Amino acid sequence: MDYTPHTEEEIRAMLERVGAGSLEDLYRHLPKEVLNPEISLPEPLPEWAVLEELKRLAGRNKPAFKAFLGGGIRSHHTPPVVQALASRGEFLTAYTPYQPEVSQGVLQATFEYQTMVAELAGLEVANASMYDGATALAEGVLLALRETGRMRVLVSQGVHPEYREVLRSYLEAVGAELITLPLEEGRTPLGEVPEGTGAVVAQNPNYLGALEDLAPLAERAHGVGALFVAVADPLSLGVLEPPGAYGADIAVGDGQTLGLPMGFGGPHFGYLATRKAFVRQMPGRLVSETVDAEGKRGYILTLQAREQYIRRAKAKSNITTNAQLTALMGAMYLAALGPLGLKEVALKSVAMAHRLWELLLEIPGVEPFTPKPFFNEFVLRFPKEPQAVREALAARGFHAATPVPREYGENLALFAATELHREEDLLALKEAMQEVLA
Amino acid sequence: MSYPLIFERSRPGRRGLRLVEETPEATRYIPEKFLRKAPPRLPEVDELTLVRHYTGLSRRQVGVDTTFYPLGSCTMKYNPKLHEEAVRLFADLHPYQDPGTVQGALELMWQLSEYLKALTGMDAITLEPAAGAHGELTGILIIRAYHEDRGEGKERRLVLVPDSAHGSNPATASMAGYQVKEVPSGPDGEVDLEALKREVGPHVAAIMLTNPNTLGLFERRILEISRISKEAGVQLYYDGANLNAIMGWARPGDMGFDVVHLNLHKTFTVPHGGGGPGSGPVGVKAHLAPYLPVPTVERGEEGFYLNFDLPKSIGRVRSFYGNFLALVRAWAYIRTLGLKGLKKAAALSVLNARYLKELLKEKGYKVPYDGPCMHEFVAQPPQGFRTLDLAKGLLELGFHPPTVYFPLIVKEALMIEPTETEGKETLEAFAEAMGALLQKPKAWLEGAPYSTPVRRLDELRANKYPKLTYFDELGMP
Repeated sequence: MDYTPHTEEEIRAMLERVGAGSLEDLYRHLPKEVLNPEISLPEPLPEWAVLEELKRLAGRNKPAFKAFLGGGIRSHHTPPVVQALASRGEFLTAYTPYQPEVSQGVLQATFEYQTMVAELAGLEVANASMYDGATALAEGVLLALRETGRMRVLVSQGVHPEYREVLRSYLEAVGAELITLPLEEGRTPLGEVPEGTGAVVAQNPNYLGALEDLAPLAERAHGVGALFVAVADPLSLGVLEPPGAYGADIAVGDGQTLGLPMGFGGPHFGYLATRKAFVRQMPGRLVSETVDAEGKRGYILTLQAREQYIRRAKAKSNITTNAQLTALMGAMYLAALGPLGLKEVALKSVAMAHRLWELLLEIPGVEPFTPKPFFNEFVLRFPKEPQAVREALAARGFHAATPVPREYGENLALFAATELHREEDLLALKEAMQEVLA
Repeated sequence: MSYPLIFERSRPGRRGLRLVEETPEATRYIPEKFLRKAPPRLPEVDELTLVRHYTGLSRRQVGVDTTFYPLGSCTMKYNPKLHEEAVRLFADLHPYQDPGTVQGALELMWQLSEYLKALTGMDAITLEPAAGAHGELTGILIIRAYHEDRGEGKERRLVLVPDSAHGSNPATASMAGYQVKEVPSGPDGEVDLEALKREVGPHVAAIMLTNPNTLGLFERRILEISRISKEAGVQLYYDGANLNAIMGWARPGDMGFDVVHLNLHKTFTVPHGGGGPGSGPVGVKAHLAPYLPVPTVERGEEGFYLNFDLPKSIGRVRSFYGNFLALVRAWAYIRTLGLKGLKKAAALSVLNARYLKELLKEKGYKVPYDGPCMHEFVAQPPQGFRTLDLAKGLLELGFHPPTVYFPLIVKEALMIEPTETEGKETLEAFAEAMGALLQKPKAWLEGAPYSTPVRRLDELRANKYPKLTYFDELGMP
């Protein structure tokens, strides 16, 4: 099976037309040294056998539906209506909407996505999506450095450690300096912002789950002419003050929490929102409303002079393929729930996380680490290595206790709860934890 | 009439999906000062309205599922439906769950790495990059780390790209902190060896090439190019956008490339999704393996594991382990076709391109670099026709146009990649349409399209007065 429609006869006729004797003949001008190498691949399988093999592999996984694992990715409900609409072939199999007359579906849906993200972030504009939260952060910081013409970045340790690692890779590439502001008692201190800083970065709720009042830090950043970049879980923004309201110039985050399948980490999408004043320095695609030749409203890619295929070496970013379809899934989720539905899901996870916190702290030897108030994730300290706790819980059928990197302290693990959890799920986890820690 | 926005369908108080029965009181958990003062202005619609809205939007959109889509360098081949079922089997895996509970996922990643190594002739691979350009950045950062490790980082500051290169190549080199210099193509459309020899030296870090190049031509002097770069200590980078033409027939590794990125969303049938998400694995030769991003997927005595212990790694380029669900699709594609099927697919992509090229020449189109093309070719309209008008005319005739005005070295370029999943009669119908356009009155072409959901859009207005959200009023004149 190779999905090609050609009959033998058609191949013969076409070969004749192009003056070739065989399919091999099409490659006769390649250097002989490289032609037809020995390649070892498994024999082809019929469709049912491919599926059978995939099921065998999937059977070696234990799905983490209703996981208590956090770290920016959580087990939330993926609405079938979103799956069904996003699976439509017109969305699924389209390319980047370079021909707007036949791409109004993707373009308008993207315009609506941009609107919803800007609303959540409390900022004026958003681009069409980035790969994930981590690269959205890196690109958001590069945007701030272009705007300010500076090469120094101050990042709170409260930002997800993997996001900071990606940020470091991107900043090293352009030779910018990255300074980390260590957490104090689980929160970002109001540290000094050194002169010459172009971007100050913090996350709310932070990696440990704690709520941060970032307005004073944003103000201090602005005081030295830096821009303030906030990392925020979009689900939390159904309830929490948006980054734009506490002084963020740029907001970024990962869209998985908007009902996207966890998918072992991807694909999800990254969002990037900012002020309209910075739009010409933004990376990635942007969709604008405009009119057609008859004055009818329509949508089109705009300000493309920022992008690589026009500006080449002087582009604002090299990004081309983004995460359009998963971003549209995020928008569909937001539209399916509406402002109230989103708030309810967010608050339910907050409530269940607080209940879980109470229950787990009843277990001897378990200590709190994240300070209150926190949102829907929190960190606990165990008398044991978190990897061992996670493994032992997994053996009992529970996915919980994400090991927290040592830079935050010894024997720490992250927990999360979502709208999927019931009281009995929490009690069952507590019981398993008691056994594991006994 | 304009198609309504979801915001225009919204009615205050209308509810769609409800996932929570009882809403907890916010202030019980969160101090007032952290809470939103006003709710976000999200749409309030019921579920059927939602379904009609997006179904309606999808009908204002073409894709491979609806239309021939011969977009050059984009490999718009059929995306098998099997893969959409396959990904659901892996949807509920959390990146931080215990490694013992994701052995199947890790095995799949490990197997795919082996397949991709075999197909590219490389020694090690990372599946982490999320797209082709992201793979490019990863690859160039690996090269940079290698030069720095050898103490040549300060000297090697330049990346060479041919003038026919994808725009992402120079953009990537800039993002990786390099200067970029374009090398002119020779009269046959291939890299000009003499020009290249003049440019290489101890100040050059890498040469980025696409092979077949963006004219659809195989760089026949590739072994000389790789010898020249090797002698000068320059790393040779392979942009895998055009791998579809040669998969199974020839490998970048055997041609002397040191780094390769693949576009799983082109060559390996991951759907493009209206612009993403894709996946851009990067393969390297052994001397570059220590610099791969963390984590890599390894097979140990007790099963598969993620290896974070690479002291010379460039670090992370993405959170978690890449676009895993895209990897599942690529895995399924390779297992369905096997080597024989992949070679046949590649050869038919070439045959389709050559056949279509002949048909278009007969219709009056010119092919300025008319060598033996691979999976794509670049045509020009006859004197007096504008490529933009022909593209818009094609929309009216029911086809998605080719890539236009690229590569930059061909004026009025039409870059055409039919792919192997299109049949002879589709190519013939397309050629007929292309021929018919040349018979249309000029005014008709300049006004096209007519019956699409919208007609030609005012791009200047969108650039001058961008309106980027529904609530954005600042942009309008």
